[in-house]
Amino acid sequence: MYSFTHHAASSVADAVKSVGEGKYLAGGHTLIPTMKQRLAQPGHLVDLNKVAELKGISDNGSVLTIKAMSRHAEVASSDVVKKAIPGLAALAGGIGDPQVRHRGTIGGSVANNDPVADYPAACLALGATIVTDRRRIKADDFFQGLFTTALEDNELITAFEFPHADKFAYAKFRNPASLYALVGVAVAKRGSDVRVAVTGAGSDGVFRWTDAEAKLASNFSASALDGLKASASGLNGDIHGSAEYRAHLIGVMAKRAAAAA
Amino acid sequence: MTATGIGAPVRRKEDFRFITGAGRYVDDINRPGQAYAYFLRSPHAHATINKIDTTEAMKSPGVVAIFTGADIEADKVGGLICGWAIFNKDGSPMRAGAHPALAIGKVRYVGDHVAVVIADTLAQARDAAEKIDVDYGVLSAAADVTTARKAGAPTIHDVAPDNQVYDWHLGDKAATDAAFAAAKHVTKLDIVNNRLVPNPMEPRAAVGEYDIGSDSLTLYTTSQNPHVARLVLSAFIGLAPENKFRVIAPDVGGGFGSKIFIYAEETVCVWAARKVRRAVKWTSDRTEAFLSDAHGRDHVTHAELATDANGKITAVRVSTKANMGAYLSTFASSVPTYLYAPLLSGQYNIPAIYAEVEAVYTNTAPVDAYRGAGRPEATYVIERLVEVAARELNVDPAEFRRRNFVTAFPHQTPVIMAYDAGDYDASLTKAQQMHDVAGFAARKAASASKGKLRGLGYSAYIEACGIAPSAAVGSLGAGVGLWESAEVRVNPIGTVEILTGSHSHGQGHETTFAQLVSGRLGIPIENVSIVHGDTDKVQMGMGTYGSRSGAVGMSAIVKALDKIEAKAKKVAAHVLEAAEGDIEFKNGKFTVKGTDKEADFGSIALQAYIAHKFNGQELEPGLKESAFWDPTNFTFPAGVHICELEIDPATGVVTIDRWTAVDDFGNVINPMIVEGQVHGGIAQGVGQALFEGAVYDSDGQLITASFMDYTMPRAQDLPSYNVGMTITACPSNPLGIKGCGEAGAIASPPAVINAITNALGHENITMPATPEKVWKAAQASAQKMAAE
Repeated sequence: MYSFTHHAASSVADAVKSVGEGKYLAGGHTLIPTMKQRLAQPGHLVDLNKVAELKGISDNGSVLTIKAMSRHAEVASSDVVKKAIPGLAALAGGIGDPQVRHRGTIGGSVANNDPVADYPAACLALGATIVTDRRRIKADDFFQGLFTTALEDNELITAFEFPHADKFAYAKFRNPASLYALVGVAVAKRGSDVRVAVTGAGSDGVFRWTDAEAKLASNFSASALDGLKASASGLNGDIHGSAEYRAHLIGVMAKRAAAAA
Repeated sequence: MTATGIGAPVRRKEDFRFITGAGRYVDDINRPGQAYAYFLRSPHAHATINKIDTTEAMKSPGVVAIFTGADIEADKVGGLICGWAIFNKDGSPMRAGAHPALAIGKVRYVGDHVAVVIADTLAQARDAAEKIDVDYGVLSAAADVTTARKAGAPTIHDVAPDNQVYDWHLGDKAATDAAFAAAKHVTKLDIVNNRLVPNPMEPRAAVGEYDIGSDSLTLYTTSQNPHVARLVLSAFIGLAPENKFRVIAPDVGGGFGSKIFIYAEETVCVWAARKVRRAVKWTSDRTEAFLSDAHGRDHVTHAELATDANGKITAVRVSTKANMGAYLSTFASSVPTYLYAPLLSGQYNIPAIYAEVEAVYTNTAPVDAYRGAGRPEATYVIERLVEVAARELNVDPAEFRRRNFVTAFPHQTPVIMAYDAGDYDASLTKAQQMHDVAGFAARKAASASKGKLRGLGYSAYIEACGIAPSAAVGSLGAGVGLWESAEVRVNPIGTVEILTGSHSHGQGHETTFAQLVSGRLGIPIENVSIVHGDTDKVQMGMGTYGSRSGAVGMSAIVKALDKIEAKAKKVAAHVLEAAEGDIEFKNGKFTVKGTDKEADFGSIALQAYIAHKFNGQELEPGLKESAFWDPTNFTFPAGVHICELEIDPATGVVTIDRWTAVDDFGNVINPMIVEGQVHGGIAQGVGQALFEGAVYDSDGQLITASFMDYTMPRAQDLPSYNVGMTITACPSNPLGIKGCGEAGAIASPPAVINAITNALGHENITMPATPEKVWKAAQASAQKMAAE
């Protein structure tokens, strides 16, 4: 690790004002290991862990709001989340291991937009709104490719708004080594609107599987996806799974998510 | 059996310090004024080093020194060695390329050592290393044995222009070929034994120190055999004479073979300590461990098995290419030869066996012994062969094995080994009963009703451990003898220190060795301490690997205890005023035959030291004895493992549903510790079968250089094991014990693959059987079934 300065922000305004050329530090589960391996060398870290206004989970009966510094374990165990969108609590409870879940945050995960992260699939499938220090961004506009988002320099995610859905579930096939999503599929139904979001597989990050959405919109059941195959083009292939295997798993996981929703 | 003697499941004495964080590992050792070493490693698999410019790096803050291979060479310090000479078919010696501790002129794998920076802090050493300018001339690389042996492949060592280290064979080729010519049926298999990264929990580390006053070196190192490390560093590499060289291997957090070897890093640390007159410390990070710990396995094999009209095996023929990596590690040459081919007879009566092994240099990390070392590779070959042969002959695989078992002992195989004792049918029968093999068909049907494929696979393994008679291994090319030493020091009040040449790095010697002494001398186990891992305290010893510490190390203790008892009886005769021949020793008490006179062990120990009751000129005072034990044979643990698993054909995920292991380890010192060894061994074997695999790309870059890509087995991947034992005492050591440390890792991979192929209905799967491979294989099965 190279040397850097550390500032514990006291508020969102303080954080945004003081970050400069530096980086925000949320749970640190990607940033800190990368720094330790000397693959990243930010000269300045603005630590968000003491910013009270970035914490908390609430629900107004139609929209679930999760503040950006909520830990995965907090989302997983929240009675508010379990009542509003139980599948989202289940997703959070399946991220990493207990140590990761007690440190990692939803804001950090989504801001990083790791192509194998779980939350981006939930944001996209549920049509979440990403709230920042300066604006509101629709999930459809937010994820812009591998580790790339709509966030501007220094822009800080403050909260996520998840409109309730009639049905929502996430099914994940884990990479055997890292236990990240090799393929994760989130399925959400809201009236006649069905959205299917796929993480882990795409070489350009999370994406919607519109063929499956059309099938499920007319018949929301696992069997509606029988015979439907995802295209392998544009998917990742590596030692853990070829693009062809990932394409196959998208179908299997979509069915499992639809069955569980 | 006493509560703390042989056979008792005594809780491990060492665990309190391990689980409370009170262990003392090499990285816990800090010496006054120590500096830190950082190794600049090659980013290229194969390149010439045209120039190393350290000018800017030397200006970096905190730098004490920067050394390259030229500095070590100028100091007349030698390179690393391979201590086992193998000879080619034509009698010529193997072709061992030079192995400098820091590269000279050329790097040969990613992670090879280019230079070392010594600095006040580790961060400063790393900062400086980034400023070293190395001018590489990148060469094409050969990252696998097939590429390395192709015409026109890059030459890795000039001494071996075609990258062939040796071309070795064992067995009677003519007799084997004749048996194949006469065979009723021949089973053929192409087998890959996947390359593994050892990954002990504690990475390697070293602290080198030089004392000006005594002109002597001290090396703290993560070693399984500190005396051998001292011997090699002293006599072969030439750092200092042995009497001026102390090697300490304190608590060591696992080794699995990878800490047997003498590596560049500890060599450089202790050498540099004298150069810079400061202690020099290095602790591997996990990435360095992946890149530079000696890897395991990596065989490509074609194997054939011949049977006659009665379904009896008549011959086995094996051709193996073994990847040795870029340099020959300390014992690398022995692993695919004498630790491999002599086990190809398995538990079976096979009249003719012929094996040929070609060892090959590649641009990858060196490959050496890893838990089982050659024996897992052999067991995988023979247990896959017999399973497939049985299936091809439509014979139940268990019955096919039973039909071919060795049943009379001693049994001389055609490949060196003389099996001394065993009852293979007893293990198989007991395993089948414990496993409820009879209920398998019903379980398979239940799985099928859920859309799952269920399979059952056997592995009837034998291994040779407790290595081994020194003269015998010497005749096979070993550079050292493989005896063990022990010293028993009885203190004046009857407490005991055992100084052993064995080294415990997870095996529990502090408990099992103390059990032996507690039971034998009738003293509380708390009164026995085990001292190991320090060449200044313990006389020359050979260390721990190859499941040898029980059979060889404890036998040496028994021999020393025999001497202690004989001496104590002489003392007791004086104290109890009786003839020496009338003294009996039992349950910690000396008694005089036919009288009620008695004295306990502690009081006799005291009398031995105060020496008032006997003539010190006729009987030496004191109570301390030492012994060296050289075994008369290997020991031959054997057993049967049965793996039963379920495959989800939709994803290819394999779930191991039940596992039965019945092992014959001879007499057992501590059944709890033995069971733990079996559990850990199975986990490692399942890791090889389903998860682990070191992958280099064609440029020689290690793709699996972290746990993000290298899959370790996890608790959730493993079932609760059903472990049982049968016992035939080993006749070649006084305790009748065999080795248990590697058996699980040797037995389990073929059991898993035999179960998967049983479920799939075809043999086309390789290790590690990842979900994608199994999914593809399951599709092939479905197509095959549809066609039928």
